[in-house]
Amino acid sequence: MSGLRWATLLPIAAYFAAMYVIGFYAMRLTNRASLDKGGCGSTYMEEYMTGGRASGGFVLAMTLVATYLSAGSFIGGPGTAYTHGLAWVFLAMAQIPTGYYTLMVLGKKFAIVSRKTGANSISDFLRARYNSGAVLIIASLSIICFLIAAMSAQLIGAARLLQGSTGLDYRSALIFFAVTVVVHTAIGGFRGVVFNDTLQGVVMTLSTLALFAAVLSRGGGVASIVQQMKALDPGMITPYGVQEGFMSVPWVSSFWVLVGFAVVGIPAVAQRAMSYRDSKSLHSGIIYGAVVSIVMLLGMHLAGAFGSVLVSDISSGDLVIPTLITTLFHPVVAGLVLAGPLAAVMSTVDSQLLVVVAAIVNDLLVNYVNPGLKTNLRALRRITVGTCLAVGAVTVALAFDPPELMVWLNLFATAGLLSTFLWPTILGLYWKGANAPGALAGMAAGIGTYLYFNYLMPRPLGLHPIVPSLVLSLAAFVVVAKMTKKPSREIIRLFWGL
Amino acid sequence: MKENEFGFVEDPRYRECEREALYGILLGVINLAVWAIGGYWLGGGSAEDYSYIMGFPTWFFVSCVANSALAIVGTIYIVKRRMRDMPLGPMTEEEAAEYVLAGRRRS
Repeated sequence: MSGLRWATLLPIAAYFAAMYVIGFYAMRLTNRASLDKGGCGSTYMEEYMTGGRASGGFVLAMTLVATYLSAGSFIGGPGTAYTHGLAWVFLAMAQIPTGYYTLMVLGKKFAIVSRKTGANSISDFLRARYNSGAVLIIASLSIICFLIAAMSAQLIGAARLLQGSTGLDYRSALIFFAVTVVVHTAIGGFRGVVFNDTLQGVVMTLSTLALFAAVLSRGGGVASIVQQMKALDPGMITPYGVQEGFMSVPWVSSFWVLVGFAVVGIPAVAQRAMSYRDSKSLHSGIIYGAVVSIVMLLGMHLAGAFGSVLVSDISSGDLVIPTLITTLFHPVVAGLVLAGPLAAVMSTVDSQLLVVVAAIVNDLLVNYVNPGLKTNLRALRRITVGTCLAVGAVTVALAFDPPELMVWLNLFATAGLLSTFLWPTILGLYWKGANAPGALAGMAAGIGTYLYFNYLMPRPLGLHPIVPSLVLSLAAFVVVAKMTKKPSREIIRLFWGL
Repeated sequence: MKENEFGFVEDPRYRECEREALYGILLGVINLAVWAIGGYWLGGGSAEDYSYIMGFPTWFFVSCVANSALAIVGTIYIVKRRMRDMPLGPMTEEEAAEYVLAGRRRS
């Protein structure tokens, strides 16, 4: 890289500065709100982790979509679409339901239950429902391991993007980016994250529209681009892609489970379904969420696929989007458009970081190590912010010089979280018979069979391994729950009674 | 209000919640069906024989573009016509009875 491209770097730096301002503003709101409500540790936790359940509809939708859409949808996915053409856009559109599905399925029932039980996170929900130390510890460990790996991978993606487009070297780019995310999360808590996500959701939408429009006009319209893609390789415009046997029907269809219906089981996503103010917010949130997620998914992936006729021979998939942006726009505008993919990463990492902090402080520390913290606002605040900074430091250290293990863990991150959380959440919410032994059996079967398939049968029956492992996990959960003691009357009453 | 087999009055809001969740699943399944039929039935032949809508191959237009529009329209329909506003906090028995009555008046 020959020197820094200041014209592109400065808009990005200004954007990052705005994140700090929002973080500080949110910190003051959180502190004031928890002091107003009596100033003890548990109100602070509720304020820090769910923003006092005050999100409106637009904010709810933006934070949900921005949390869910990550480097995968803004950098990796479009990069793959560049190689495989419309087939990969077709695969990505298995995410059509994402915007409405989670909020409809968890719905108001999840919000009502979380208010009855005072749950601030998915782990709180599981603790109240199953009343089992083992379930909670597996859940917390799964969150800590899988999410730290997932966050490092996101940071690597963002650092490469910054490196490729501004000329910063990899490590400075990583630190520049990571410090911004970690600090604004640590000081701002859920409120700061939600404010930021909302801003970032808007930036991501505008950036998607700008890039898509630029690609279309440079390529001479849809019809012309599609014909040029066909001339490159007819496979580019079929649902089977350019590589024989890679995008087979069962495998591609499996993505409806992996990134479509099972997304309900991702903790950072489910946490958002606890945080809204009232049913009106949920209703408008579902509509905004559906529109925004579809526009971004279709826009970014099509931009990647159409990019194949504008720029040729891009070596690495991750460089497709930054190369397109720097080729198509004036350097200053490129800085603004690049804020979109960076925002996608930032809004995902900040939410994941908060979930990890909740797992460490709320689930493990306060419950098992020092229950006295619940009444001590100042100590709890120090520990929470400290944990956030420490986890951030670990994540950056892993991304600095990524070890083999990290790459390996990240492959399993989403699927691992789904195997752990999907059935205990859904069955706990909708089935009175769900109990702790069932949940444990389901988690063990889910994670175990997923690892087994991944190593020994990469495409069981032609499917992605997540599909059979979720089926087996469900079967194990139901069979064991039927054979063991029903959950106590008190739990049923707490969840289903008035 | 009627008690269930465990001897307590169930939260009356859950019936609506569960129905709304089913609508979400139903719309998801419809989107999946349109996606699969559009993609693999219309897009099954050779690229030479494709027809086009607005420049996109027909299979892609149906399974991705039109399907997205369907998801948005379906979501708006469900939210505006099939979902009910309700309080989310804990309820007393009187409030629950009042809520059930309000539901009967609505329908």
